[in-house]
Amino acid sequence: MTTPQKGAVAPSNGLPPLVGPDDRFFWDGVNAGSLLLQRCAECHELRHPPGPMCPYCGSLRWETQPSSGRGVVYSWVIPRHPLPPGFQDPYIVVLVQLEEGVRLVSHLVGVRPDEVRNDLPVEVSFEPIADGIQLHRFRPRQAGSV
Amino acid sequence: MSKRTIANRTVIAGIGQTEFSKQSGRSELQLALEAVRAALEDAGLTPADVDGLVTYTLDSSNELELARLLGIRELRYFTRSPYGGAATCAVLLHAAMGVATGIANTVVFYRAFNERSGQRFGRPQPITDHQSYLRSVAGGGSRWWSWYLPYGLATPAMWSSLQFQRYMHVYCLTNADFGRYSVVARQHAATNPCAWFYGQPITLEDHQASRWVVEPVLRLLDCCQESDAGVAVVVTTPERARDLRQPPVRIVAAAQGALQRTDMVSNYYHPDISRWPEMELVGRTLWEQSGLGPADIDTAMLYDHFSPIVFLHLEALGFCQPGEAKDFIAGGNIGLHGRLPVNTHGGLLGEAYVHGLNHITEGVRQLRGTAANQLQKVDHVLVTAGMSGAILGRS
Repeated sequence: MTTPQKGAVAPSNGLPPLVGPDDRFFWDGVNAGSLLLQRCAECHELRHPPGPMCPYCGSLRWETQPSSGRGVVYSWVIPRHPLPPGFQDPYIVVLVQLEEGVRLVSHLVGVRPDEVRNDLPVEVSFEPIADGIQLHRFRPRQAGSV
Repeated sequence: MSKRTIANRTVIAGIGQTEFSKQSGRSELQLALEAVRAALEDAGLTPADVDGLVTYTLDSSNELELARLLGIRELRYFTRSPYGGAATCAVLLHAAMGVATGIANTVVFYRAFNERSGQRFGRPQPITDHQSYLRSVAGGGSRWWSWYLPYGLATPAMWSSLQFQRYMHVYCLTNADFGRYSVVARQHAATNPCAWFYGQPITLEDHQASRWVVEPVLRLLDCCQESDAGVAVVVTTPERARDLRQPPVRIVAAAQGALQRTDMVSNYYHPDISRWPEMELVGRTLWEQSGLGPADIDTAMLYDHFSPIVFLHLEALGFCQPGEAKDFIAGGNIGLHGRLPVNTHGGLLGEAYVHGLNHITEGVRQLRGTAANQLQKVDHVLVTAGMSGAILGRS
C-alpha cells in the first residue's frame, strides 16, 4: 500500500452502490476484498459492466474471475462543480483499463491532482465508505509490485 | 428511387417556439401548447389538420392532454423517442415516417420544458433505490450510471468528460482548443435577437477565465445553457404543403444510430473512445439515403451540449480527419464565412438548450432565407445530435 503524499486525494468521497440482481456478485466481492469480473461460462469472454447474457455468444450461464487488480488509467477527470452531496473537492475519477482488458470507473487516490496522467499504472485497493460497505479504488502501482 | 426510403418523401411546413428564458413563469404543458400553436400558425394550419404528435420520452407533457387542449380531433399517430439529445432528429425521423407511410397526414413534433427554473439536468443525479433507478433510466438515461454515482460521477458534464479526456490525450488538445468553438457559438448568438446571449460575445480569454466544471475538460463556457422553452415543428406531405403559408423544406434524409457497446453520455466501452462510431453510423446512413456527401452540406447544426462534442461531430461526419477538428476550427472554417458554418444561431451554448430542436428550426430558417445570420447560398443543411441526424433541403 502506498503512503499517502502531502496534498494527496483523501479516500473519503463515496456513496454506497446501487445493487441489483445482475451485479450483486460484484459488490459482494468488493465488500469481501476481491474484484470479481463476470465471465461467460461457455465462451469464457469477460464483460463489464455485468449483464445477464453474454454479448459474444448469447449464453445465460456465467461465472466470475478474480481480477489481478492491475491496470492503467485510460482516462481521468476531476469534477469541480456542482459536486454531489457528500463529495469534497478534489476527487479524481478514472476509467481504468484492467490488464484483463475490461474497463471500469473508479477513484484514483494516493496522488495529487497534478500527478494524474493517462496510462499511469495502478492497482486496486478496497476502502470502507460506510459500515459494512466498501468501494474499489485505485492507487499508483509501486515499482516492482506484482 | 427505392420505395423503401424516407428520403424526400416529406417536408417541414411550419416551425414555432416560445421565448428562450431562464424562468418562463408558466407550466411545461403551456410551453408545449404555445410552441405547437406557433408552428401551426407559421404553416397556416389549424389543430384540426393535425393527426400525429411525436415527442421525447423525457417530455412531461402528455400528448393526449395536448391534443385535448389544442383541439386535435383525431389522433392517428403518437410515439416517443428515448434519450435527451439523441432524440433530436429521431423525433423528426418518426414524424416523417408517420407521414411517409400514410399513417398520418400532418404530424407535429415538440419539446418543452422548464429546464432552468424546474428540474435542472446539470444537477447531480440522486442515488435512489434500484427499481426506481432502473425505471428512471429506461427511456432516457444509462443503464450503467449506477456504476458511476458512487464515485461522484453524477452529471452529464462529468460523464461526457471522462470520454472527452481520452480524446484530448490521444490528439493532444487542451481546454483552450475547445474554447475556440465556444467563441464562435457566442459570436453567432451575439447577432441573433432570439438568443439568450444576444449581444454578448466572448473572447478566448473570457473562456479561459471561466471556472472549471470538470477539470481538465470543461469550463463553464464549454457547457450549454439551461433553458426554459418550447419548440415545435410541423411535418406533412409535399402535396399538402404546396399551398401553405411557408416554402416547404424537404426532409432529404433522417437517421438514428447506435451500436452494440453504445451508452448514453458515458460511452466508455468501445475499443477506441476517442472516436464516435455512433455518429459515423448516422453519417453513413444519411449519405446513403441522400446520395450527398460532406462537400454538399452548406451549413451544419451540430448538437453542442458541451463544446468537445462539436469536434467529434466534425470528425465522425467526415468534414475532417480524426484529430483534425482542432485545426479546422482554429482555422476559421466554422464561422459564418467559413467552409462549413456551424450553429449559425449560436447553438445550445449561445441561443438556448431545447434538447436540440432549435437546431432543426435554425436549419429550416437558413433554407427559407429568414435566419438572423442568414448565409448566402443554402441548399442543404445537416442537423445532428447524439444518436440521430437529418439532412434538410430547399424545395
